[in-house]
Amino acid sequence: MACLHSPGDLEKRRNELAARRAAGTPCVSVCAGAGCVASGAAEVIAAFRAELAAAGLAAEIDVKGTGCPGFCERGPVVVLYPEETCYLQVKPEDVPEIVARTLRGKEVVERLVYRDPATGELAVREGDIPFYKHQERLLLGVNIRLDPKSLDDYLALGGYAALAKALFEMTPQAVLDEIKKSNLRGRGGGGFPAGRKWEGSRDAPGDPKYVIVNADEGDPGAFMDRALLEGNPHSILEGLIIGGYTVGAHEGYIYVRQEYPLAVENINLAIRQAEEHGLLGQNILGSGFDFTVTVHQGAGAFVCGESTALMTALEGRAGEPRPKYIRSNLKGLWDRPSVLNNVETWANVPLIINRGADWFTRYGTPGSKGTKIFSLVGKITNTGLVEVPMGMTLRDIVYTIGGGIPGGKAFKAVQTGGPSGGLTSSPRPGR
Amino acid sequence: MGNDRIDEIIQKHHGEASALIQILLEIQSEEHWLPREALERVSEKLGVPMARIQHVATFYKAFSLVPKGRHAVHVCMGTACHVRGAQRVLDTVQDVTGVGPGETDLDLKFSVETVNCVGCCALGPVVEINKKTFGKMTPAETADVLKSYE
Repeated sequence: MACLHSPGDLEKRRNELAARRAAGTPCVSVCAGAGCVASGAAEVIAAFRAELAAAGLAAEIDVKGTGCPGFCERGPVVVLYPEETCYLQVKPEDVPEIVARTLRGKEVVERLVYRDPATGELAVREGDIPFYKHQERLLLGVNIRLDPKSLDDYLALGGYAALAKALFEMTPQAVLDEIKKSNLRGRGGGGFPAGRKWEGSRDAPGDPKYVIVNADEGDPGAFMDRALLEGNPHSILEGLIIGGYTVGAHEGYIYVRQEYPLAVENINLAIRQAEEHGLLGQNILGSGFDFTVTVHQGAGAFVCGESTALMTALEGRAGEPRPKYIRSNLKGLWDRPSVLNNVETWANVPLIINRGADWFTRYGTPGSKGTKIFSLVGKITNTGLVEVPMGMTLRDIVYTIGGGIPGGKAFKAVQTGGPSGGLTSSPRPGR
Repeated sequence: MGNDRIDEIIQKHHGEASALIQILLEIQSEEHWLPREALERVSEKLGVPMARIQHVATFYKAFSLVPKGRHAVHVCMGTACHVRGAQRVLDTVQDVTGVGPGETDLDLKFSVETVNCVGCCALGPVVEINKKTFGKMTPAETADVLKSYE
């Protein structure tokens, strides 16, 4: 694929991809996130490839390892397009039957379909599964539809359209206004308004400026950022470039914890692909804007998730926090203005630029807009990642989406915000 | 690890002192520990004092200043694994390998570490051996898996 020199090139490329992938083209998506891989997803993908080749269908039906859709408990997860038939806990030995009965015969293999434990009803399509039905998956929803190692997949789904729009149709001020209007707040836990943080950096004296992705997701039990980094790395990159354009930074850093090797691999690959295609580096898409990104792998220090400690680590030193008399968006990395946001915050940026702050603010509460991804783990029926509008009650998350406590046992308490967060106990997890 | 290889790694990072952690990570991943001679070479090449390198090498958990076993066993003790019985899995690991967290056996076969979440919480309790993830582990399965390593 050639280098893209203008927004026109990007659109042309997207149209070519769309023409090649007309709606209705069959495709086998297998979740290749860390959870499903640990449950044997790689073997399932290999089995599909071998079986389709043997059946002479390899040219017609594409098999892809995708990002994590969230339902880790029932992995490996397989979704067959265009019908969106969803099979759970698929083993390599199930593959010949799936190819023969579903891909050829267009029948459903009932034993692999989600069955509601309460009603016994089958949910054949992915969206019909109760676990997904009550979510609002603005970010996670696309994961199962794209191969994180393929730039084409991201482009086909509208990738980098927000970047082109920001660079060619909007001034940095207009982008900032849109982010402020969206009331996007930091997803790392602090909840600080992203627009205000960006504005502070933009207006601060000092050059160069930096934009940083905090992917040091260290709290036990949390793997939201992992799913985004592994499953849709280009979306984070796109958000970061837009952030750089907005605040006037030409260098970005992604700090990824060392315990996430697949995330490191996928984000590095995404950077290389973006550079090769003129979406990163000098003169992005012919706009005259330059931006480079460096990945910094953590070395196992929980405290480095704190912003000043993280910046110290980026400088190659022991990551110890410093007092924040002066905020890091004014004096951060190398004492320069540095915008540090969480993975999920950056991933929301392209959505807001593409669809507008008015669309984004339709989700959430008056004080906090959009959706939030939670990892729902422990003694709960449906373990995995869930994405819900801000303001959904814990009760709904635990019972409606999570399916309640396994074995009919009583609910005792739920911990929010990781081990440093609090416990909300029974009987009323109302809010 | 010879000086040539160390120089190569340093070169890859353009000899920049800010890349110290990345350079040490690469040495650690190839050698499974940070030998003193290697650190001295890095210190000389980057112009970073040994005291600061020692500070970094002892601050981050990923680094080891003593030799490690051939197989790195990481038992997840994060919240989700904890409530699903991680302690029993760790007990089994200790029984089979004869060493506890942070230790390496005399044959340099296993190094055991506890970690706080590898991000596969739906599969808890989780054990990672040489970065391969084993999910939903019982004590009996843990013992079987460990015995399969030479």
